Amino acid sequence: MEPFVRLEAVAAPLPLPNVDTDRIIPARFLHKPRGPGYERYCFHDMRFDAGGAERPDFVLNQAPYRGARILVAAENFGCGSSREHAVWALHAWGFRAFVAPSFGDIFFGNCGQNGTLPVVLPPDVVAGIRRQLHERPGASMVVDLPSQTVTGPDGVRHEFSVDPFRKECLLRGQDEIALSLGHAEAIAAFEERARVEMPWVLP
Amino acid sequence: MSSRSSAATDGHLVSAGLSLFEKIWRRHVVAEGPGGQTLLYVDRHLLHDGSGSAFGRLRSAGRPLRRPERCFATADHFVPTAPGTAATSDPEIRAMVDGLARHTAEAGISHFGVGDPRQGIVHVMGPEQGLTQPGITLVCGDSHTATHGALGALAFGIGSSEVEHVLATQCLWQRKPAVMRIRVDGPRPFGVTAKDVILAVIARIGAAGGTGHAIEYAGSTIAAMSMEERMTVCNMSIEAGARAGMIAPDDTTYAYLEGRPHAPRGDMWGRALAFWKTLPSDPDAAFDREMGLDAREIAPMVTWGTSPQDALPITGHIPDPAAAGDAVRRASMERALHYMGLTPGTRLMEVPVDRVFIGSCTNSRLEDLRASAAVARGRRAVVPAMVVPGSGLIKRAAEAEGLDRIFRAAGFEWREPGCSMCVGMNGDLGRAGERCASTSNRNFEGRQGQGVRTHLMSPAMAAAAAVTGRLTDVRTLGPAAEGG
Repeated sequence: MEPFVRLEAVAAPLPLPNVDTDRIIPARFLHKPRGPGYERYCFHDMRFDAGGAERPDFVLNQAPYRGARILVAAENFGCGSSREHAVWALHAWGFRAFVAPSFGDIFFGNCGQNGTLPVVLPPDVVAGIRRQLHERPGASMVVDLPSQTVTGPDGVRHEFSVDPFRKECLLRGQDEIALSLGHAEAIAAFEERARVEMPWVLP
Repeated sequence: MSSRSSAATDGHLVSAGLSLFEKIWRRHVVAEGPGGQTLLYVDRHLLHDGSGSAFGRLRSAGRPLRRPERCFATADHFVPTAPGTAATSDPEIRAMVDGLARHTAEAGISHFGVGDPRQGIVHVMGPEQGLTQPGITLVCGDSHTATHGALGALAFGIGSSEVEHVLATQCLWQRKPAVMRIRVDGPRPFGVTAKDVILAVIARIGAAGGTGHAIEYAGSTIAAMSMEERMTVCNMSIEAGARAGMIAPDDTTYAYLEGRPHAPRGDMWGRALAFWKTLPSDPDAAFDREMGLDAREIAPMVTWGTSPQDALPITGHIPDPAAAGDAVRRASMERALHYMGLTPGTRLMEVPVDRVFIGSCTNSRLEDLRASAAVARGRRAVVPAMVVPGSGLIKRAAEAEGLDRIFRAAGFEWREPGCSMCVGMNGDLGRAGERCASTSNRNFEGRQGQGVRTHLMSPAMAAAAAVTGRLTDVRTLGPAAEGG
């Protein structure tokens, strides 16, 4: 996995609560292979109208935000379907960090599997950052994982908490499967015990 | 499960009894990792035709499957449901269905493919085959995996990387979520179904109300529900933000399970039953959060917006964004009403519908089809309406009792099993601007097709909408013209 350590980049504000993963990537693209052009599917129906033309009012279609690699969203970002394609599409666009007051649980977990960092900050702090990003289109901010801080466009630093395990995995770009395979003996011992204690579970 | 749950849980559970969740969790800990992460064993892994990319990555990495005998697969998301259509004409979509058959054959995984009567929606198939059992951990690369919690399992949806991880290790790194108990008590009023109960719960706690939690549903209303009704309730836990929803196993659970193909038999049944009876939460179990709902106050529900939390009693009116508490919520309501083409103050019962969908992992089981058929009998659909049974076995059972004939006589389409119009990736779609009364679980923008407007409701309410052409209070429908 690609590691995540520190990112200084343009940030885009998305002040909509409950942005579901169907909106991040509509279902009709889920059978499409990942590869060049995959970024086209990111927020597809919010970015393009039915004829394929850009909707000028959507934030990522506005010049200052086109290079955004940080997304500052609202409550419950990434709720709904478990499709990891949502993270793949955001990643293909160039996003590596997401800041919101809360995330859908499955989306949150999927981020960590793809070298992207979801950051939870209090609702008023996130709203304040979004306001600055609206007022100063194209402003940059910093997301720093080692120090667990987000620095807003105004230079104010906000600390965030992160699961120590996820932090380590992201900093090192850890292959989680390799880590688990290191526990092969414990897994085998568990299976032996389960065979005795819950034998009916095996088909 | 969540990576952001309360760390205090362990502390105050030491001296108290254990919850259903806690009992299952503790039994499946393989190793405690750094930073409060647990390597959790997965007893059962269900796969579907959207799970293919995980097999590809596993092969690229040269990693074998650890326990193919603990995996079961069926095709549902991408399968066509038009009668007599074994395969879609779209080669890219057909490749998804064919890919699952190939991957599972190579890996030695049981697969119920198109044409097998056991094929169906993965969350219908698991319980139906007796694969879902109390006290087990079960995962699937689909967010509605909480459905299986209705049988007292710890079941939750995972992403594609986690599917790959489970295939390779039969385990997952998880942080223990907080546990919330939602009690629903009292008799359900006439016309109020399990779907109405869960929509009322989601409307109360919100689409993120259960984030970071596993939910245990309890109380006399839940205890009085059939197994199929319990599955409807647990199914929509994710629409309240919770990855897992669960209900303590009881005699209803055991009666449902006994005799199913993968359920224990003989002496093993007795041993399993003795274990299952230890699972319900202890009377003094502690919960991180508790909430109560009085079933007598619940009415048949419909959604008006683009989040499942936007649910109201059918007797209500389209809400006014001007009354919203804050600017973000107001803007979000305005966007939803614009998308839905609705005006504040309109009576819900005056909203016309263009199309009806009865199906999905929420409401495609035999009892759901019976409830829809009871309304359709002797009436006539005035808009296109499709009925999609949850599995081949449900389709057969429904046909054996004549439900297909009732639907056909009423002008409803009777189709082959699959996810159909719930997911919008198999060819079953509405057209832009159409309004669809749907028994599925999500009213998201574009969920049933670009520009399609979805209203969620129960199977009886959806059938009522089909025969009137508008959102309808099924309680006031009156007798059918032909005396059905």
